[in-house]
Amino acid sequence: MQGRLAYLSILIVSVVLGVMMAVQFKSVREPLSFPSRQQEILAFELKQVKQERESLAEQNRQLREQLDRTLSGSSPSTDALLSELTMARAEAGLLGVKGSGVTVILNDSIRDVQPGDDPNQYLIHDKDLLTVVNELRAAGAEAISVNGQRLLATSEIRCAGNTILVNVTKIAPPFIVMAIGDPDMLESSLKIKGGVIEYLQIWGIQVEIKKSPPNKDIIVPGYSGPIPMKFGSPVKGE
Amino acid sequence: MWWLAIIGMIAGIALGLKSPLFVPVIYSKYLSVAILAALDSVFGGLRAAIEEHFDNSVFISGFFANACLAALLAYIGDRLGVELFMAAVVAFGVRIFQNIAIIRRGLLKKL
Repeated sequence: MQGRLAYLSILIVSVVLGVMMAVQFKSVREPLSFPSRQQEILAFELKQVKQERESLAEQNRQLREQLDRTLSGSSPSTDALLSELTMARAEAGLLGVKGSGVTVILNDSIRDVQPGDDPNQYLIHDKDLLTVVNELRAAGAEAISVNGQRLLATSEIRCAGNTILVNVTKIAPPFIVMAIGDPDMLESSLKIKGGVIEYLQIWGIQVEIKKSPPNKDIIVPGYSGPIPMKFGSPVKGE
Repeated sequence: MWWLAIIGMIAGIALGLKSPLFVPVIYSKYLSVAILAALDSVFGGLRAAIEEHFDNSVFISGFFANACLAALLAYIGDRLGVELFMAAVVAFGVRIFQNIAIIRRGLLKKL
């Protein structure tokens, strides 16, 4: 025993050990509380932004109505122009369209994931939805909506985390695709052998195609959001 | 001797909690192994004191070298994809318990 020196070294060692342990406690405990706090903040922000979005959408709708009223209130000589405008707006997707067509309902697979299989295969992805929409367009669909979101020339169908964005709006399964066009054509374009439906059904993805009854129209809603045209401008004289 | 260790530990914990020191989660694994090694050294020291062959330089060097080596070994194990971390935990754990048992017996004998 070296007396005093031994006591000193034990003191030093135990202080160092204590510091290490305390730091470790903090490090292990901290991550548990940190993300939940951040989550709360993010959830709050999300709620605020959502509210803002809703109020802006409402504002937009009102302005659009106002615009319609102003237009319809003008003299009868503009009637032809107005009907042309209405047609153009329906084509562009700003007005709802009704007519015969099909409703396609897509939902994730209910089949159990087999061991060794990629569970992603049992879910509907943006690409599957895109393929369906593309088929419908190729078969002459005049207006298409996905979960109430009218597809415009600028609409995206894009994966964002675990949801899909259409017109920058989050949509989730079941996906209801409505298309105006020749119901038989649209249906057979999807059901064709080796087509998109057959491929999706390999993975047990639920697909249901409903043709509109002959005497009943389906309605594809119009798009009510803003259409930015920031970088382009129309070319005149074409 | 043991009361000095406890006082030092309490002071150290207080110091550590007050200080802004923080270890990223990735490295906390290595620190935990180092702590185990350090604990082992402390118990080894106490045991040596009870058996009355305590050597100061062995104690001090063992404490720091063991802690650093354990962390380093765990790190190397991670790079190699071998859980050397577990080996350190088992080895030090067993030794800590052994030392505690010997300390307990030594204390009982003294009574």
